[in-house]
Amino acid sequence: MFHTIPPPGAVASASIVSVSNLSKTYASGFKALNCINLDIRRGEIFALLGPNGAGKTTLISIICGIVNASEGTVLADGHDIVRDYRAARSKIGLVPQELTTDAFETVWATASFSRGLFGRRANPAHIERVLRDVSLWDRRDSKIMTLSGGMKRRVMIAKALAHEPMILFLDEPTAGVDVELRRDMWRVVRALRDTGVTIILTTHYIDEAEELADRIGVIDKGELVLVEEKTELMHKLGNKQLTLTLQDPLDCIPSGLAGYELELSPGGRQLTYSYDKTSEETGIGPLLQALQAAGIAVKDVQTKTRSLEEIFIDIVRARS
Amino acid sequence: MNFPAIGAIYRFEMARTWRTLLQSIVSPVISTSLYFIVFGGAIGSRMTDIGGVSYGAFIVPGLIMLSLLTQSMANASFGIYFPRFIGTIYEILSAPISAIEIVIGYVGAAATKSIILGIIILATASLFVPVRIDHPLWMALFLLLTAATFSLFGFIIGIWADNFEKLQMIPLLIITPLTFLGGSFYSIDMLPPFWQRVALFNPVVYLISGFRWSFYGKADVRVGVSLGMTLVFLALCVTAVVWIFKTGYRLKK
Repeated sequence: MFHTIPPPGAVASASIVSVSNLSKTYASGFKALNCINLDIRRGEIFALLGPNGAGKTTLISIICGIVNASEGTVLADGHDIVRDYRAARSKIGLVPQELTTDAFETVWATASFSRGLFGRRANPAHIERVLRDVSLWDRRDSKIMTLSGGMKRRVMIAKALAHEPMILFLDEPTAGVDVELRRDMWRVVRALRDTGVTIILTTHYIDEAEELADRIGVIDKGELVLVEEKTELMHKLGNKQLTLTLQDPLDCIPSGLAGYELELSPGGRQLTYSYDKTSEETGIGPLLQALQAAGIAVKDVQTKTRSLEEIFIDIVRARS
Repeated sequence: MNFPAIGAIYRFEMARTWRTLLQSIVSPVISTSLYFIVFGGAIGSRMTDIGGVSYGAFIVPGLIMLSLLTQSMANASFGIYFPRFIGTIYEILSAPISAIEIVIGYVGAAATKSIILGIIILATASLFVPVRIDHPLWMALFLLLTAATFSLFGFIIGIWADNFEKLQMIPLLIITPLTFLGGSFYSIDMLPPFWQRVALFNPVVYLISGFRWSFYGKADVRVGVSLGMTLVFLALCVTAVVWIFKTGYRLKK
């Protein structure tokens, strides 16, 4: 699927979107973005995480031309989004968060409209491919008002892809959709990336970023807090936890184990030990020996890597 | 020029007309026919000719102007307001399309619709009263300029309005009264001298006068003045639209 997107040129630069010193202050005085610097790599899936009101949608809206920046510049495939807006915008597709569609239009008509609006000559074969790719071909003659919420979301994607963009912005693509459709969306996003489209998505769902993204950016209070490879981020910040289920419950942690950072669960049935998985010495061996010496019998052992969600919450909490 | 984009907006807007045929075309034709029955048939038969033209025929240009003004504004204002209201304006704003191309698409479609409507009303009128057109090229010019000017004005209203009430406010409270008082159903000469002078401050007087001159060669003000005033209003609307897109007024935050 999605075999229609042109591959990146051999001489193209590695960065397909380049944001420099971008700030936005609304007329109300609210500073939504503060000196953002960000480079999106060609062909990657970049997930932008952040709490509500962090500035995610403002950033996307500026890049797509919907909101004016107060300061700073943005280049899309080397084209300035203000001075050379025609070239820049023709490279970009946007799927906004809200399901805003022309209810009385047919699926075919609205996708064809989007293609024309972006300056592309009519190409029924391309529109057909896109509609087939998002499983809407059978509903091409249906009015949008007759479609389900999930189908409308796919219509939005089809509209964004109608002009064959190189860069696709997905603003909260799975907000309010059921689990099955969410997995379906993920499949669509991965298939798009495989064709060379660069995808920038914002999401509240950390598992979505964990599942899809190559790199992750965290934005909070209008500032880009970090940008990191997902695997690197998980590696650096993703401490592991060892959970020991005990044969007999404990009232408190014995004094002989005080040197270990242990947490006793309510009820005294589980001990949790956090350790740095990248360290040469994790401390697990000595801990097990100390438990044996203290006469504590272990019934079960389980290890777990800290999720991206936990990492994200730590980052945001640390700033507030 | 992004011609595919202009074409896309134009076709989209025209498609809306065909979808809402009753509201867009049939309804104005019916209401205009009623004017002819009431003013042309019932009342007009008891009135003397005005400048050698029967009253029924005399009101034809005014009635066409009345529809042209209201429909141009209604079509263009709704055309741009509705995407703002439902949120689909995001696509227009994020497309590689210039302000002038957006305006040509929306205003062109609105003007086309009202011109089609004007021609239909003219055809309908000729079924009721004898209509003659002494200066067809001038008639076409006034039709075109008025449709374009008031479609632009409607476009401005559609951008300014932030609710449906405001969308209706200027057409209902300002334009319709000005059109009725602008000589749609009478000649300015029929007014007392004081009100004749007051009427000259009504811009619609110039539109109707010029348009009526193109039909019967008779006007309340000289045709050159009518054309000049129409062009002045067109220039004012163009200036306002340029300012809107330059500042992003009501379009971009």
